[in-house]
This record gives sequence, C-alpha cells and structure tokens, in this order.
Amino acid sequence: MFENLSYLTLQQYWWIIVSLLASLFVLLMFVQGGQTLIGQLSKTEKEKSLLINSIGRKWDLTFTTLVTFGGAFFASFPLFYSTSFGGAYWVWMLLLFSFIIQAVSYEYRTKANNFLGQKTYETFLFINGILATIIVGIVVGTFFTGSEFSVDKLNITNVSNPVISRWKTATHGLEAAFNITNLSLGIAILFLSRVLASLYFINNIDNETIVKRASKQVKFCAIPFLVFFLLFVGLILTKEGFAVNLDTKEVFMEKFKYLNNLIEMPIVLIMFLIGVVGVLYGIFLGAFKSSGKGIWFSGAGTVLTVLAILLISGFNNTAFYPSTYDLQSSLTIQNSSSSKYTLTVMSYVSLLVPFVIAYIWYAWKSLNKKKVSEDDISKDDMAY
Amino acid sequence: MSLVDWSRAQFALTAIYHWIFVPLTLGLSFIVAFMHTMYYRTKLEKWKNTTKFWMKIFGINFAIGVATGIILEFEFGTNWSNYSWIVGDIFGAPLAIEGILAFFLESTFIAVMFFGWDRVSKKFHMLSSWFVAVGSNLSALWILVANAWMQNPVGMQFNPDTARNEMVNFWEILLSPTAIYKFLHTITNGYVVASLFVIGISAWFILKGRHLDFAKRSIRIAAIFGLVASLVLAYTGDGSAYNTAKDQPMKLAAMEGLYEGGNEQGLVTVGIPTLGKKYGDDKNDYFFVVKIPYFLSYLATRDFGGYVPGVNNIIDGDIEHGIISTEERMKKGKIAINALKEYKTSDDKTVKDEALITFRENYNHFGYGFLPNKESAIPNVPLTFYSFHIMVGLGFYFIFLFAVILYFSKKHTLEKKKPLLKIALWSIPLGFIASELGWVVAEVGRQPWTIQDILPTMASTSHLSASSVQTTFWLFAALFTVLLIAEIKIMTHQIKSGPKEERS
Repeated sequence: MFENLSYLTLQQYWWIIVSLLASLFVLLMFVQGGQTLIGQLSKTEKEKSLLINSIGRKWDLTFTTLVTFGGAFFASFPLFYSTSFGGAYWVWMLLLFSFIIQAVSYEYRTKANNFLGQKTYETFLFINGILATIIVGIVVGTFFTGSEFSVDKLNITNVSNPVISRWKTATHGLEAAFNITNLSLGIAILFLSRVLASLYFINNIDNETIVKRASKQVKFCAIPFLVFFLLFVGLILTKEGFAVNLDTKEVFMEKFKYLNNLIEMPIVLIMFLIGVVGVLYGIFLGAFKSSGKGIWFSGAGTVLTVLAILLISGFNNTAFYPSTYDLQSSLTIQNSSSSKYTLTVMSYVSLLVPFVIAYIWYAWKSLNKKKVSEDDISKDDMAY
Repeated sequence: MSLVDWSRAQFALTAIYHWIFVPLTLGLSFIVAFMHTMYYRTKLEKWKNTTKFWMKIFGINFAIGVATGIILEFEFGTNWSNYSWIVGDIFGAPLAIEGILAFFLESTFIAVMFFGWDRVSKKFHMLSSWFVAVGSNLSALWILVANAWMQNPVGMQFNPDTARNEMVNFWEILLSPTAIYKFLHTITNGYVVASLFVIGISAWFILKGRHLDFAKRSIRIAAIFGLVASLVLAYTGDGSAYNTAKDQPMKLAAMEGLYEGGNEQGLVTVGIPTLGKKYGDDKNDYFFVVKIPYFLSYLATRDFGGYVPGVNNIIDGDIEHGIISTEERMKKGKIAINALKEYKTSDDKTVKDEALITFRENYNHFGYGFLPNKESAIPNVPLTFYSFHIMVGLGFYFIFLFAVILYFSKKHTLEKKKPLLKIALWSIPLGFIASELGWVVAEVGRQPWTIQDILPTMASTSHLSASSVQTTFWLFAALFTVLLIAEIKIMTHQIKSGPKEERS
C-alpha cells in the first residue's frame, strides 16, 4: 500500500509522525515539570514520597518516547540528525546529561547505601526538570529562527576534510539560548510542564493537601506560561519565514511565512485553536475546580498545539531547520529525508504504532485503577 | 590525540559502560520470568520471595542500563555526523524500530512487573515479566542488526546524487547471517553472564549459611539456563568466526595474531604474540604458541586444507587467492572518490555518465581512498588477539562450571562443596570480562572501518574540535564512574539484606 504513495507524501507522512512523537514527548514532560515542583508541593517526607512515586511510574515512558523520537527522526530525516546533533553539540549534550542523571534517580533515591545521598538524587531530578524543558523549547525555537551551519555533500570527496554538515559557531548550539524567540518558547515549555504536572497530581494522588497545593500551582504557573507562549506565537507569526520555491527548491525569506502557513492550512489552524482552548480549559478545571479531568484537556490540547506548531515549521514549502549562515543549506522535509524505499519500509512499521499505544493504554489502565496514596506506598516494597 | 581518536575513545567508553549492565538485563529478565512462572504455578510464597529478590536486583541494574544507553543512540549524531548521513538511510531504521517495537514493550511492562503485585491479575502480572524479557531481548535484536550491518554492509547501494548509501533490501539486512549469528551470540552471552551472577550470589548465601533453600532454588534455575546458553554461545561463536573469515579477513588475522597465512593453518589455543611485531618485519608471529593443527583452516573455510590469509597477505595482496593489495585498493578508492567529485561537479552529461561508471566499478574500495597509508588498514593486533583468546578460554570454562554446578545441585550436595562455591562466587566478574572482551574483538578488530571497506572512522566524524569531545569524554567518564559506584554499593547492600525471610 505505501509503495503507491509519492515520495513527497511519504515525507509528509513521516513529518507528521515525527511531529506527533515530539508533541507526545512535550506532553509527557509533565514528569520533568513535576520534578521541579517537588519542593513546592511537599512539606513532609511522606508527601514528597507521594509525589515522586506518582511521577516516578511514568518517567520511563517519557524517556522511551524521547529515545523513540530520536530513532524515528534518524530513520526518516537523517540529515537533521547529522546536522543538528553533530553541530549543536553542547545543547544536545546538556540535554543528554540531564536525562542520564534522571534515569538512575528514581530507583536509587531512597535505596540504602546509595553513595550520593537522597538529596543529590532529588537535585538531579530538579536539574533534569529545568534543563530538559527549557532546552527542548530552545531547540524547537530554532526551527523558526534558524542556526548557523552549512551542508555541502561534495565535501565527502575532500579526503582531508570530508565532513558534510558543518556548524559555524564556536559555541556549538549554546548561542540559540540568547535568542528571545527561542528563549520564550523554552520558558513557556518549562511552565507548561509544571502546569501539566500539577494537573496530573490532582488526577493521580489521593491526598487533599497536595491536591489543594497543586491546584494553586496551576494558577501560578499558568501565568508565565501564557505570557511567554503568547510572546513566542506573536514573534513567529509576525516574522519573516524560511520559504521554499516549489520549482527551483531554492530557499528564500517570505514575510509572515508562518502566519500564511496557518491561513493556507486551515486544518492546522483549527488544530492549533482547539489545542490552545483545550490547554486553557484544562487549566481552568484544575485551577478553579480542582478537577482531575484538567490533565486530559490540557494534555490533549498540548499535543494538538505542539503538533500544529511543528506542522507549520515543515509543511507548505517551508524549511524546517533553516540555516541563517547559508540559506540554501537549510533543511526541508524533501532534502533531508531518507530514501523512498526506507520511508516505505518504515511506514509499514508505523502501522504497529496503534497496537503499541493500545497495550500501553491497557497496562496503565490496569495499574491506575487505584490512585497513589500514602497507605499504598508504605505497603509496597517496590516503591521508590 | 586527534578528533577521531577522542570520538572513538568516547564511543568506546560509553559502550563499555553500557555493556556492563545490558547482559545482566538480557539474562536476568528471563530468570525472573522463569521464577515468576514458578510462583504463578505453585502459588508458593517462597517463589514469590525469590522472584521479588531478583526483580529488585534487576531494577537497580536496569536503571543504570537505561541511563548509559540513551547517550549511545544520540552519539551517532553528535560525534559521527558524517556517518549519520552517509549510512543513516540504512542505519536509522533499526534504531527507530527498536524504539517502537522493543523499548515501549520493555518500559511499559516493567512498570506492571514492579508495581502490579496487588493491582493486576496474577496471570497478567506473570505475563508482564515475560514481556519485559522479550522486550529487552528484542531491543538487543535491532541494535545488533544495525551493528552487524556495519561489519557486513548488505542490502544497500550508493546514490551519488544524495551522496549516501541507501537501503535497497530490508530483509537482506535483517536476515544477514552476520546479524543472526551476532544476535544469538550476544543474547546467549547475556544469559551466561546473568546465570553466573545468580549462581555466584546464591553460592555466597550458601557459604554464609543463609537462605539455603532460596539459594539452591536460584542455582538450579540458573545452572540449567547457563549450561544451555553457554553451549549455544560456543556454537554461535564458531559461526561468527566463520562469517568473519569471509567478510572481515583482517579481523580474523588479528584475532589469531597471524601475519603469514597460508593453507592448513592451525588454531592458537594459547600463545604470546611477539612483542613489537609489525607488518612486514621478519620477526616470528609468536614468542610462544600452542596450535591445534589444521583447525584455523577448518574454522575459517570448513576445509582442513583451506587458505587463511594473515595480515601481511592481506596488505601485500595475493593474486592467487584473489586478494587485492591494500595499496591497489587505496588507488581504486581514490579513483572512486574523484569520479564522484567529477559526477557531482560536471554539467556535461557524457562526462557525468562516464564518471558514474568509473565510480560504480571502484565503489567496493571507496573507503580505502581515505586511508593515509596501508598500515592504517591494520587493527591493533595484540589487543584483538588477547581479547579473543581470553574470551574463548573463559567461554569453555563457563560450560564446564555450569555442568559441574548442575551435577552437584542435582545430587543435593552443593553445600558441602565449599571450594566450588567460592569458585562460583569469584566467577561473577569473569562473565562480565568475557562479555566486554567479545565487544573488544568485534570493534577493535574491525578498525579502521565504521562500515567495512566503505567508510573509515576518520571520514565518519562530526565537525568538532578535539577539545570539545575531550571535555565530554571526561564528563562521561566521571559521571558514569560515580553512577557505577552508586549502583554497586546499592546492589551489594541489597544482596546482603537477602530475600524476605521464609519459614521452611
């Protein structure tokens, strides 16, 4: 069936899949948001333990989504993998370091004889919470603001220096943090993840005090989230964008490119609007009704919003990873993708995704029949 | 050290650390699943406690395995940027499939396995343990398919327009004999490591006179599992060597320390390669050696009289046996590279067509065009040699150990065999050492290639300064070492606390 699709359709299909994985990852970073809230939402060790056990059962899902996102991006758009990862070296390294220290922290935190002490592992969780969310925001920001790199496939014939993708700044990616658009998205995602975490706690934890505090946090974090999110949206919708000439494949600057993309792709616009309304409604439910349903609305809203943002960065003849150093080096879904054959093979694999989602859903439904409670944790010798 | 050296050092460091934890995950997941099944079938509390004890150990090990694993996937991009583009079309797919098919299975059901004790049905819970085992072994499958493809690149064609290799046959990549042997050899090695681990710890309990029933139960399961696995391990090791002889003759020569090859070659059982022996000098290959006559020929060609080339034969070429000299291959590689350049820069269609023909004719030697000299086609021979022979020696020792343990376990006289129990305890690290050495053989032995004959390491790196990679190297070294110490401390404490006390 996939053999009959055009190369472009396959490329678009894969851009949707990769964007969807990224959107799910942003949603699942409520785990990271929760890690930054532990101090504020708990006053006793028992409360802390409740919070950590509540998100601790989900961290691996977030982590796995990141790893799968990486693999899927590699398989479908390898030129992005080689250009961005090898170029923006320090940004990615920082992100990875933060995930390495996270991965052991839940399991080792309260174990006897754990060498670094409970506090250190909790600090690791906090660092991961702050760094991962901000960095992901900054990186996605560069999809709209661009980076300084060149791509020249002829380099492979230069025996003494055959590297195809070359980054042009000595800071190797760190420079992206000094751009107001990138930074505002970074901060927006940090606070979004805190909002989502608070909504998740309301839903998942059987403890009135924590629910009350979480509900308050929804309010506190929603404000900076909205301010920086609107700033980011305002900035990208009014800026020049990196457009691709349909015939010559040349990249050029187009005024209001991203706004035009939204208008020219009404489905994406609707997705974006429903997404934003969903996030807001979830915030309202959590902040003013302390309702456990908030996470469902804000969660689904987050996925739709991020998906819409990523679709306007890559669809409608747009360069999704632009180079400000050399416009023609910019990556588009067409010039950076895998071969038609590979995309076809991978598309068959993607048919298994609904099955994967189904078993994840089933497994978690059976585990989540009961909310996380103090009683529950003290009885469970496998608790974190 | 240059950029490529630091990049290799960083990859080696992170891979070696990751590999401390993976074999145990691969094997222990099955051992836990066996025990969980025993609990499900017998409903006896003692099996529940046994399962829980090993499950906790599994969890401590799994967390750090995950932590050290994430970096490896992204390192292909961060440190091997050129590699990612030139073979990403083929190499990326197994990584993506690994995530979609295996990692989610593993991580979802690990949560059920750990937290499902009183939350899900007993049957679903027991099946979850099996899903974890299958998931972790499936993830090994896909990354090993990817690795096998680097050693024996099949199912692809170079596309000069995109300047990369592109996949043309997925099944050829998945079902290549190199991939199948590598997968079976690696997972059974994991089962052996985990069995040695379980037996060693149980032996310690017996020596201390604690939890005797628990320890004997654990030993019985691990000894059977270990014995079967170690036999398959030996069989697949032989198959791997045969494939190496076909596809990577230089690696086989290095494994055997063989400089001057020929017909009717013997297999080294023990030996010391001559110190400072280099390609082309007239020193003896070995300072001391004991060989089994004809066996290397048989191993490599399935014929006792078969021809096995040594390092010198491969570098100098041997027309009679169809080996092109390395210098010749370097020339052909340069021709391929220049033809590609001509193809990409010329506007004249006939020039382009001709260049393409020349390029295709010489593509099998493409990677040689990047080598600075013929000596750089030789891996580190002593390191490969010793790693190989220590690994094989330990492998045979493990078969023997499992058999003896199983024998006394069946006779119920294990408690009286104090020296044997001590040997079992001290064999735990040997399993890990043999396992790491296996990777040294596979990866050092194939140098200088990231993709055999197509792409050498020096053409695979990112555009970074050596000092950047040097910095991250030390950061990883420090971080992973600290985490390893934490892991070992937690684990030894957990082991010493023992399983939940049972009334027996």
